Amino acid sequence: MELLDPTSELSPEGRQPLPRLSSLQGKTIGLLDISKPRGNIFLDRIEDLLKQHGADTKRYKKPTFTRVAPDPLRQEIALECDAVLEALAD
Amino acid sequence: MREITLVVKKGCETCVMIEPVIRQLAAEQPLRVFCQDVADFPEGMNSIYDESLAQSYALGVEIVPTLILTEAGHEIARTEGWDRSVWEPLLGLSLSANIPGFRPGCGSRTLDPGMPERLAAQFDGDKLSARRLTFDESDPFEVGYDQGWSDGLPIVPPTTERVFRMLSGTTRDPSEIIGAIPPDYARCSVEKIAINAVMAGCLPEYLPVVIASVEAVLEDQFCMHGLLATTYFSGPMIVVNGPLSRSICMNSGGNALGQGNRANATIGRALQLVIRNVGGGRPGGVDRAALGNPGKYTFCFAEDELNSCWTSLSEDAGFQSDTSTVTVFAADGVQGIVDQKSRSPESLARSFAAGLRAIGHPKMVQGSDAFLVVSPEHERVFREANWSKAELIERLRTLLMISGQELVQGAAGIEEGLPIALKDKTICKFRADGLKIVRAGGTAGLFSAIIAGWGASGAIGSVPVTREITL
Repeated sequence: MELLDPTSELSPEGRQPLPRLSSLQGKTIGLLDISKPRGNIFLDRIEDLLKQHGADTKRYKKPTFTRVAPDPLRQEIALECDAVLEALAD
Repeated sequence: MREITLVVKKGCETCVMIEPVIRQLAAEQPLRVFCQDVADFPEGMNSIYDESLAQSYALGVEIVPTLILTEAGHEIARTEGWDRSVWEPLLGLSLSANIPGFRPGCGSRTLDPGMPERLAAQFDGDKLSARRLTFDESDPFEVGYDQGWSDGLPIVPPTTERVFRMLSGTTRDPSEIIGAIPPDYARCSVEKIAINAVMAGCLPEYLPVVIASVEAVLEDQFCMHGLLATTYFSGPMIVVNGPLSRSICMNSGGNALGQGNRANATIGRALQLVIRNVGGGRPGGVDRAALGNPGKYTFCFAEDELNSCWTSLSEDAGFQSDTSTVTVFAADGVQGIVDQKSRSPESLARSFAAGLRAIGHPKMVQGSDAFLVVSPEHERVFREANWSKAELIERLRTLLMISGQELVQGAAGIEEGLPIALKDKTICKFRADGLKIVRAGGTAGLFSAIIAGWGASGAIGSVPVTREITL
């Protein structure tokens, strides 16, 4: 399907990511384990580093790595966090 | 050298009837025959099957048969249908006498329903300059959400064909720039308005009204940027006057301010989508409304001017009654006035004034403009008493001269109010020219409506703007 762009075309095609955080100080960073083996070990280390930079962390886990995160989980992360890191480990 | 081109279709009785003429012509002069619906008609004449209609479209054929004479690539004559008295002198021939002298033709397949825009998209796509975006796996009705184009309701996917069909509603060139849309001040072409009108659900015949509305909100005194950015409730409302409001079947009667009429619903929405998508004005972005109002999805209606005893809104703005116009107003929602007892204009005017007193805040004066939408049953009271609109407005302004004692801070136990220093003044609720009256609504119901305006009405903010609609 081809559609004509209804916008001013001042921004590039496609969805724009949110601006990056300028600092981690006082921010809440979600750590999403996608349920691959050893994802928790990777995220434990990331969590230590984030805390050293003054960030708060919250841990989340997808029921299975084979499917996208369920809506309630995505909504929970969006409501509770300023940014999210998703761990892909094996 | 002269060339002869003939466009026919076998499904056209006239084309079939003139087959002997075509054969005679081909025998005497070089002839190109394009047939729109079958290969090999007339049989055995090496006609070209114009299955894609590319040739017919390029030739601008509207009727079959169409006979076109060219010389050195330039068209010098064209005739549609069959008329011996035209064809013979044009061709310099005496043509078959065994058929009637005159038969009108049939419609060209290029004009079949849905075909003009399909052919335009296929062969004239470069007349549109908007960026083409491809979505292969997407649900067409989710794309508007995914891309952030939607106001929250589904949008019609703006395909090239639909945009061409929309553009058939105006004579203006797609590339014409209408203005710069706030808050991004992005240049907005007729084409961009058409794309957003498609998404809003407009019919092509509404497009001139949408374009006029965009032009109107872009006039400096309307202050569209501030209206978008304000924390106040308001958004642009459109009132349509004149014959076009009736020819596109707008609702000025029962439920005029409500749902259910395509033109009312989609014209107002198209304007909002232009501001959202071309201007970049979005809630939470530059749109800082604390609450907004439901009219920010769409707010558009027509005045029932033919049944009114008063001059129309358009005539009040200096236009003739046969001119179609849009008036834009920075509007909040609708506040009802219920008065089922008043049979004298004075009593009803007092009811109106009491309702108008409350807009924004009963102590707020010279802030918001207001539109008073008077229903037929209320208008009748003024009609029978021969009160003109000007007299009613004058009476309302007099009734709304309010003592500073009631308006100052602390009065009535309310901290909100004017500075104490104004307690000895008497101030009118409305600025001069801040009160407009239109007639609309169903024939039953002794109700009228106040549509309050932006708290920054007038020169400091927004002034209603009326513009002629041009096709």
